[in-house]
Amino acid sequence: MSEIFDIPASDTMPTRRGVFSALGVPVDSESGRRTAELFDQSINLCAKTAEPIGKQCNVSIEEFEKIYAGEGMNESPAPLEEVFPKADELTLFAVTVGFEVSNNIERLFQQNDFALAACLDAAASEMTERCAAFTQARYRQKLLDDGRLDEESSGILRFSPGYCGWHITAQRRLFETLGPGEIGISLTDSCLMQPLKSISGVIVCGPAETFDFEDTYPFCSECRDHSCRERFKSIKSDSIKFRRIR
Amino acid sequence: MSILEDLSANLQRGDFEGVAELTDMAIEENIAPQKILDDGLIAGMSVVGEKFKRHDIFLPDVLLAAKAMYAGMDKLKPLLIRDGIPTIGKVVLGSVQGDLHDIGKNLVGIMLKGAGFEVVDLGNDVAPERFIEAAESEGASVIGMSALLTTTMPVMRKVISLAKEKGVADKYKFIVGGAPLSAEFAKDIGADAYCFDGIKAVESVKSFLGVN
Repeated sequence: MSEIFDIPASDTMPTRRGVFSALGVPVDSESGRRTAELFDQSINLCAKTAEPIGKQCNVSIEEFEKIYAGEGMNESPAPLEEVFPKADELTLFAVTVGFEVSNNIERLFQQNDFALAACLDAAASEMTERCAAFTQARYRQKLLDDGRLDEESSGILRFSPGYCGWHITAQRRLFETLGPGEIGISLTDSCLMQPLKSISGVIVCGPAETFDFEDTYPFCSECRDHSCRERFKSIKSDSIKFRRIR
Repeated sequence: MSILEDLSANLQRGDFEGVAELTDMAIEENIAPQKILDDGLIAGMSVVGEKFKRHDIFLPDVLLAAKAMYAGMDKLKPLLIRDGIPTIGKVVLGSVQGDLHDIGKNLVGIMLKGAGFEVVDLGNDVAPERFIEAAESEGASVIGMSALLTTTMPVMRKVISLAKEKGVADKYKFIVGGAPLSAEFAKDIGADAYCFDGIKAVESVKSFLGVN
C-alpha cells in the first residue's frame, strides 16, 4: 500500500535551538541576538515557500531485502541488515520541502546575503528532518490505531541510504518501489535527491531489543554525527515505546 | 579615526551600507584603491577572522561582514582592474562530482574573496577533469575541493591523481574540506591541507602563497 500525504508546515517549522546549533551560535551570546533576527526571517521564508509533502509505501521483509541489497555495495555487518529481518512492519518513505526553499537559498547567495542564506539553509535542513520525524510519528500512530502495535515492547526507527553502512546506490531500488517522483523527488546519476532538501529511507517497527546495538561498526569511526546514539536511546523512552499485540 | 579605520570598523559590524558609503568617500579622497582594499576591507576581514577563531563571534557575524566586504569590493573592483592590480592569488573551487551540496564550498569561497583572493567557483558536481582544466586555463595556484558525502570523497583522490598523471600536480596546492573529511584523509589522498572551515582555508592559502 502506498500513500501520498501532506505534511503540515506548522508541525515541522525549524526550531531556534536546532538552527542555532547548526550554525554553531550560542543562543545567549551577542551573536545569538543578531542570529535571532536572521532566524525569524528564515522562518518567514520557510513558511512562505516550503511545500512539505511525503510518500510512503509498506513493504514486506522479502521485498525490503532486495531494496536493502541495492547494488551490492553495503557494508557488512551493518545495523540495518541485522534489524530489518526481525521487523514487524516496514515502510519506505520520502519527504521533501520542495524546490522553492532551495531556490531562495541560491538567490540569497547570489545577492550576497550570505548570513541569511546560511541560516535559511540550516532552517530548511532542520525542517526536512522534522518532516521525516513527522512521517515516522504518523506511521506509528497509524499502526497504533490499526491495533498492530501497542505500547510496551516495540520500537520504531528510520534509516536512510548513505548512512550507517547502507550504501547510497540502494536509493535506485528504493525509488523504483516507492516512486517518489509523484511528489516531485528525483534521483541524480550519483543517487542524490532533488530537491536537495529531501529525505528518503525505511521506517522499521519491531521489538525494542532489535535496535539494541552498539555503534561500533567500522564505518562508525568515520561518522562525526553519531545522532543514531540519541535516536537509539529514544526507543527506550516512554514516548515511543510500544507493545506488539499480534 | 581615519576613513580606512572607520571602513574596517563598519565592515566588522557588518554594516554594508556604511562600507559602501565609506568606500565611495575614500575613492573621492583619492586614496589608492589598493590601499583602500588592504587597509580598509581586508584589514577588517582579518580582524573578523581572528575574532571567529577565538569564538568571540560566530558564522553569521562573519557572513554579515563578508556581505559588507562585497559591498566595498563592488566599488573597488573596476578601479583595481583599471589600474591593472593583480590579485594576491587565484583559487579554483568546487564540490566534487556526484555532490550537489555547495553551502560549505560557498562559504569557503566567500571567505577567500574576503581575504583578497580571486575565486573561480566551478559550482557543484564538478568532474575531476574540469578541476584541472579550469586551474590550467585560469592560471590558478590552488585547487579547492568540497564533499559532504562519504560516497563522493574518493573523487578528491581522483582529482589529485589526474593532476599527477598530467604532470601538473606540482603547480598547485590542493585543499579539501567537508563534514565527513579528516586531516588523516586529506594526508592520505595527497592533499596539502584539510580545511575544516573558511578561516582555515584562508590561512592555508595565505601560507601556500606566502601572503601575510
